[in-house]
Amino acid sequence: MFGPTPTLKLAPGESIGEHLASQGVSRRDFLAFCRDTAIVLGLAEAAAPQVAHALETQKRPSVIWLELQECTGCVESITRSNDPTIGSLVLDLVSLDYSDTLMAAAGHQAEKGKDDAMKAGGYVLIVTGSVPLNEGGVYTMVAGRTAKEILEEAAKGAAAVIALGACAHWGSVQAAKPNPTGAVGVREIIKDKPVINIAGCPPVPDVITATVVHFLTFGKLPKADSEGRPLFAYGARIHDQCPRRGHFDAGQFVENFDDKGAREGWCLYQVGCKGPQTFSPCPIFMWNEKTSWPIGAGHPCIGCTEPHFWDTMAPFYKRLPDVGGWGIEQSVDRIGATLAGLTVAGVAAHATWTAVDKMRRKRELPVVTNPGAGPRPQPGGEA
Amino acid sequence: MARTKVVVDPITRIEGHLRIEVAAEAGKIADAWASATAFRGIELVLKDRDPRDGWAYAQRICGVCTTVHAIASIRAVEDALDIHIPPCANLIRNLVLGMQFVHDHVMHFYHLHALDWVDVVSALKADPVAAAKIASSISPWPNNDAAHFRAVQERLKKFVGSGQLGIFANGYWGHPAYKLPPEVNLIGVAHYLETLEWQRDAVRLHTIFGGKNPHPNFLVGGMASAINVDARATINGARIAEIRDIIARARQIVDQVYWPDLLAIAGFYKDWGAIGGGVPNYLVYGEFPVDIRDTNSYYFKPGVILGNDLTKVHEFDEKLIREQIDAAWYDYPQGSPAEGLHPYEGETIPKYTGPKPPWDYLQGLDKYTWMKAPRYDGKPMQVGPLARILVAYGHGHDDVRQLAKEVMDRLQVGPAALFSTLGRTAARGMETVLLARMLDTWMDQLVERIGNGDTSTFTRDKWDPSTWPRKAQGFGRADVPRGALGHWVQIEDGKFSRYQAVVPSTWNCSPKDPKGQHGPYEASLMDNHPLVNPEQPLEIIRTIHSFDPCLACGVHVLDTKGNTITEVKVQ
Repeated sequence: MFGPTPTLKLAPGESIGEHLASQGVSRRDFLAFCRDTAIVLGLAEAAAPQVAHALETQKRPSVIWLELQECTGCVESITRSNDPTIGSLVLDLVSLDYSDTLMAAAGHQAEKGKDDAMKAGGYVLIVTGSVPLNEGGVYTMVAGRTAKEILEEAAKGAAAVIALGACAHWGSVQAAKPNPTGAVGVREIIKDKPVINIAGCPPVPDVITATVVHFLTFGKLPKADSEGRPLFAYGARIHDQCPRRGHFDAGQFVENFDDKGAREGWCLYQVGCKGPQTFSPCPIFMWNEKTSWPIGAGHPCIGCTEPHFWDTMAPFYKRLPDVGGWGIEQSVDRIGATLAGLTVAGVAAHATWTAVDKMRRKRELPVVTNPGAGPRPQPGGEA
Repeated sequence: MARTKVVVDPITRIEGHLRIEVAAEAGKIADAWASATAFRGIELVLKDRDPRDGWAYAQRICGVCTTVHAIASIRAVEDALDIHIPPCANLIRNLVLGMQFVHDHVMHFYHLHALDWVDVVSALKADPVAAAKIASSISPWPNNDAAHFRAVQERLKKFVGSGQLGIFANGYWGHPAYKLPPEVNLIGVAHYLETLEWQRDAVRLHTIFGGKNPHPNFLVGGMASAINVDARATINGARIAEIRDIIARARQIVDQVYWPDLLAIAGFYKDWGAIGGGVPNYLVYGEFPVDIRDTNSYYFKPGVILGNDLTKVHEFDEKLIREQIDAAWYDYPQGSPAEGLHPYEGETIPKYTGPKPPWDYLQGLDKYTWMKAPRYDGKPMQVGPLARILVAYGHGHDDVRQLAKEVMDRLQVGPAALFSTLGRTAARGMETVLLARMLDTWMDQLVERIGNGDTSTFTRDKWDPSTWPRKAQGFGRADVPRGALGHWVQIEDGKFSRYQAVVPSTWNCSPKDPKGQHGPYEASLMDNHPLVNPEQPLEIIRTIHSFDPCLACGVHVLDTKGNTITEVKVQ
């Protein structure tokens, strides 16, 4: 399902380049955006002209944004994109023809916008929210129709489907045990065309911008892991990119909130951080104009980009259990029990991690430098 | 007399899925049905979870009013386990929630509500020089010059000319209920775009203390963001300076853009001060404590106003809350009392009895929504900014009285104009002005504490479940942008044994009860409410948006006897 995707055929209209120029966006700013986005996408900086050429010649794609069973946090997240800002995302880069949260029209006038876009075809379908299947789908209805019916209809003519956020990815909080409404992600419903999953609760907003740009530049969705997550963003574990990693290696841990370690910004592993099991661009992209990110603000990662994290990562403040032969907990316990000096502990922790790293390579798990080399682990299945 | 059946579904520019059906007659609304058409069951998911994790699940009830359910949840657990948080943690929570109000209210006004009053297409006809003159006469905002307004207008022209209207397509542009001159419409559009940029900056306060927005992190017992002015990865001097700047910019937007625009626009819509009052009872749990256990320490104190009588504020007693399900798709255990269940005994047992989808109407059904009907002492209650402002007014709150007087003088209306659609929108602006000021006050207090060496942000003594009683229960009270919010939890053997949330939109969007009392959305639509053209139900949208709905909802228009003479499907 995540192999080569069909080339995008968009309806004729104004190109993004013409549009940006008409909006007074300078050539210099435009090229800077293309360069930054190329880097985010994991392309060489030399790919910037290709991105620029594509954006200049492509028509602004029509976007239909469906909000199904969800909390609207993903839409809110997009409004906090760094670049392009929501103003430009809405008005310049794409033509947002249907959005429950932002559009002026309501009722049948709103539905008309969607119908017109669907008739024209060649649109990008963005979905936030899950699809409840129990009791014939009555747990989410818009205009008297179920979420499932609405999704199936809108997906028919879509050039590509982007499932945005944990709900659209796998169901998220309402799909946590006991999943009272039978909530599932988009991939459970749409099986005949590519679905990319922008994981997270909510996702880092810049991932979606970069995904849309990739789509426009290459006419297909970016390469993804077995979870459907684009590798340029979800190709590495938080733990492997964490600025507090040095403290882990040195055996410097927060033992309790607001203790000495917390006040020094040490590693949050002992208070439950799920960074070692979580594939996410959080530490690199960061949040809200690169202001901070969860670990940066002193709270352990809860693993929100991983499927079924509400069940597999909880309790959130419990140190990671012994997962699939990683042995971290055991090792850290042993460190705590037998080693007193921080220096000695640091060496041991580092040695432990090296062993883990070897194990990981043996399992042919992808590393940052070689994205897409193999299947993602499924922590949920192993916990 | 011909009755017209009108359905608006989806109600857009809200959180969630709302459907409104109304019965219209002679240009007025005779009856209304508000229906929430989505259910997620998060209370059921919370059962058996670790109470320290609860906030993260509860927070996902809503991503627009992110932070608020997390705060209600940690307070409920702290109430149950008698955890007292350090003063610095309380100040940080006030700052986070205070910024949530400011951010949420400004975004609601411009991005969810303004297009009900501001005609985007009319702005194309505006004279930018005249617009600049008007704008600079009411505010010193630096972008109030003709060049800026001309640039916005040019941008809008090209946008409309491109034929790809996107989110502005199919609006009710040109509807006779739009009253603003083109220049004021242009100012509104310009500020729609400017505040969309600003809001990304405002939420950075949440990111500093909670790591991200939406859905920043919280912690039972305090806050996870440690304070150490001598470290790099903590709340330090650089962070404090950053927060000061964020607050200063937020205050400038509120004082120089939102508040003057609100007053200017309200001046053209004074007739809406007599429309859409609805339920005359108001409920406030209270918010912004110094000490959560001392309600006298709150900036907004709890209280109840009945029958629009501002001379008497009744004491709030949470024991008088009941939730009824007579018109909702739920079941209660056999033998449950007719007046409904208190949240400590509350049950969430979904039982859909509506028509099999796809369907056309919910009218005439005994049960028509996923919203329960909460009642206070048997009465429906309005919650939200208007309730807070009225209760504070009744309490003699100095800041509120002063600002209320300023508004009434400027608009030349009496206090009765507050019981209306316009009143709800004005009250939201009033509390934003006051809370933007309070952000500075709380920041001053936090910095003073840090300066005096108090940097504690977490109470550790009851973190370990082995210190907890075998059984406990707690009420997490909060008053959040959309109104009174309560989480009721019971803890048994270290896990939640029951979790019930009664959220602001449950109060406001509640359906009819067995006594025939309508909830606030429905009642306000039936209170002297116009509907000029059922094909373009702009007036319905105005009143519903004045509540800032946060759910998945809908409204139907039917005649009082349920007879459809002419039928206009607005869905």
